[in-house]
Amino acid sequence: MKMTGAQMVCESLVREGVEVIFGILGGSVLPLYDVLPQYPQLRHILVRHEQGAAHAADGYARATGKVGVCFATSGPGATNLVTGIANAHLDSAPMIAITGQVARPFIGKDAFQEVDITGITLPITKHNYLVMDAASIPAIMKEAFYLAGTGRPGPVLIDLPRDVQQEQAEFNYPERINLPQYKPTLQGHPAQIKKAARLIGESQRPLIIAGRGITISRAFAELKELVEKAQIPVVTTLLGTSCFPESHALSYGMLGMHGMAYANMAVDAADLIIAIGMRFDDRATARVSGFAPHAHIIHIDIDPAEIGKNVRVDVPIVGDVKAVLGELNKLVDKAKHIDWVNKLDVWRKEHPSLLIREGKSLLPQYVVRQIYEETKGDAIIVTGVGQHQMWAAQHYWYDKPNTFISSGGLGTMGFGLPAAMGAKIGCPDSTVWCIDGDGSLQMTIQELATIAQEKVGVKIAVIHNTYLGMVRQWQELFYDKRYVATPLSSPDFVKIAEAYGIPALRVDCREDVAPAIRKAMAEPGPFLIDFIVEPEENVYPMVPPGAALAEVIEEPRKEAKAIKDSAKLPVSNI
Amino acid sequence: MATTKHILVALVEDKPGVLNRMASLFRRRGFNIDSIAVGHSEIPHMSRMTFVVNGPATVVEQVRKQLDKVVETVKVSDITGDNVITRELAFIKVKANSTNRSELIQIVDIFRANIVDVAPDSVIIEATGDEEKINSLFNLVRGFGIKEISRTGRIAMTRGGSGPLPVTKKPPKTQAKGQKKANK
Repeated sequence: MKMTGAQMVCESLVREGVEVIFGILGGSVLPLYDVLPQYPQLRHILVRHEQGAAHAADGYARATGKVGVCFATSGPGATNLVTGIANAHLDSAPMIAITGQVARPFIGKDAFQEVDITGITLPITKHNYLVMDAASIPAIMKEAFYLAGTGRPGPVLIDLPRDVQQEQAEFNYPERINLPQYKPTLQGHPAQIKKAARLIGESQRPLIIAGRGITISRAFAELKELVEKAQIPVVTTLLGTSCFPESHALSYGMLGMHGMAYANMAVDAADLIIAIGMRFDDRATARVSGFAPHAHIIHIDIDPAEIGKNVRVDVPIVGDVKAVLGELNKLVDKAKHIDWVNKLDVWRKEHPSLLIREGKSLLPQYVVRQIYEETKGDAIIVTGVGQHQMWAAQHYWYDKPNTFISSGGLGTMGFGLPAAMGAKIGCPDSTVWCIDGDGSLQMTIQELATIAQEKVGVKIAVIHNTYLGMVRQWQELFYDKRYVATPLSSPDFVKIAEAYGIPALRVDCREDVAPAIRKAMAEPGPFLIDFIVEPEENVYPMVPPGAALAEVIEEPRKEAKAIKDSAKLPVSNI
Repeated sequence: MATTKHILVALVEDKPGVLNRMASLFRRRGFNIDSIAVGHSEIPHMSRMTFVVNGPATVVEQVRKQLDKVVETVKVSDITGDNVITRELAFIKVKANSTNRSELIQIVDIFRANIVDVAPDSVIIEATGDEEKINSLFNLVRGFGIKEISRTGRIAMTRGGSGPLPVTKKPPKTQAKGQKKANK
């Protein structure tokens, strides 16, 4: 059947089961948008900035496990996607970004709204395409979806010149993918799995570090089986949060820079680390030379390039986490590590990392805790980046799989609101709370308009502390309280929300927190609560930059011990 | 970290942008690429690239794995220190006239190089060999006066039957879900 390039794109999207597209049109994608009404199966969400489109597609993808799709025009439209694409790349979220490009005869001539977006996104996409003839669109679309969603997922960008969108060609949607070079290893090597099972059997103090790979691979049941069969305690990375029920007796919370003290101590004391679907990010390992000093390390990951990248690994297993754990569970013996588990439980009692101070002032941790109490843990929590993100990870109790969505690798302020919107559109029956900071929210606050227009029932909790709080915390601890460029005066968020047509409330004392949350939840549509919290509250526990996990600072009162002279900080990724 | 010279050989699909993707992974880490040579391979629509880079062994190995992830890549091997033959080709344009041309020809003969162009005041020498040979030829003819020099990047191949790449097998045509990547 003959079709235009634009129709081919839409037809391919339909065949790939796409339901939602986030985007903004412009000159170079007019032909593509022009045919959208012919495809009523494709719901287009008009965002207010292309960064919002990319984050929304990302949030949608993470919440549903499907590939998220966003559209943008050439030039500034395409460059506005870049942050969102990089974010998806670092957190392995499956995404297709389709950008318009100037017509073929104008490419390379600095035409109006021309940028070399395939060149720009080369290092932040899994793959990208500049489509030079319409006939190649079906094969490229098929490939792009396959690449984005398989192996280690990631973003794929397709750049479509305007005249290619208008060009007629025969539409043949391929049945198979012709990617002879791309063969992600799914099954782990049996000998390596056997070796891993033996190490687990010999270990006295084993510890699982579970990452986002568990969620991507939907290996929740396999992980639980391994944990329970061999009685191995679990800690998670930031993005691994919610991949294992946190109320489980063998769950010890998050590790890393703002992880639980006992989780970090467990890593330090373990004699075997089983790292599953995680990549030893520097925020998780702290100082690498001091990471798990007594442990052998088993590393299970689908991406061979992650093996041995940051830490030495004793038993690497390249493969899909679900498949590998399935095999491993058959070989692992039932075991009990009573002494080890008891020790961790003692540490958990002696080093409580989740105590919320008593008193009158409204603490951000208290707000997060109340959201948990009121939702009974049955909500998807999407965060921005900053202190509120860490409190949301720490003080909400994640028992349901895949209920925590956050920007981990890139640490993109502004991720929260559009990603929450995408998550809610993907999971309309779930309660979605966006926990955001006053700084982070304002980076993409324009998406309130999209939320209002599309009536997306996201509940927004602004943790409003009048600072770029995480940076202020670093200035307090490591730059002698020189608060350069962190104090933040914000608009009246209640009025802002109301101006967008979104009901809102302000809360500045503890008593009003729960009723406000209940009111927000009773509302069928979106709702915003502006929580005015203690301005200079810090996130603890904290592993200072350059320190090992075991050197965790637990309590605010011990701040004085923090490294004062920033010039003396050891070289690390701060 | 001590840096050493590494020879990486890659079999890749012959498509626009592949070289850019590969080179970008070196650039990202601030590696200077000593040389690159690219040409068709024995498989239709496949090219073989030879990179020579300086870097710490562990970092080069990490880059190799990342090169391997590029979608168009079949396989990347670090063949440093293996039983490897390397060659490069050089053109050297040297000042020479009727009085000293015969002396120059003698040197060229010793190196089993060729003179491929003669002009009244210069000749072009074509030389093939490993890096050392080209360098010593260069040093010997330098006295005549070098006008221009152009060298290809190094190409490399392991000796004997065990090539670093699965050259005899055609890559499978269909998607291979669940199949293992060869030799990994």
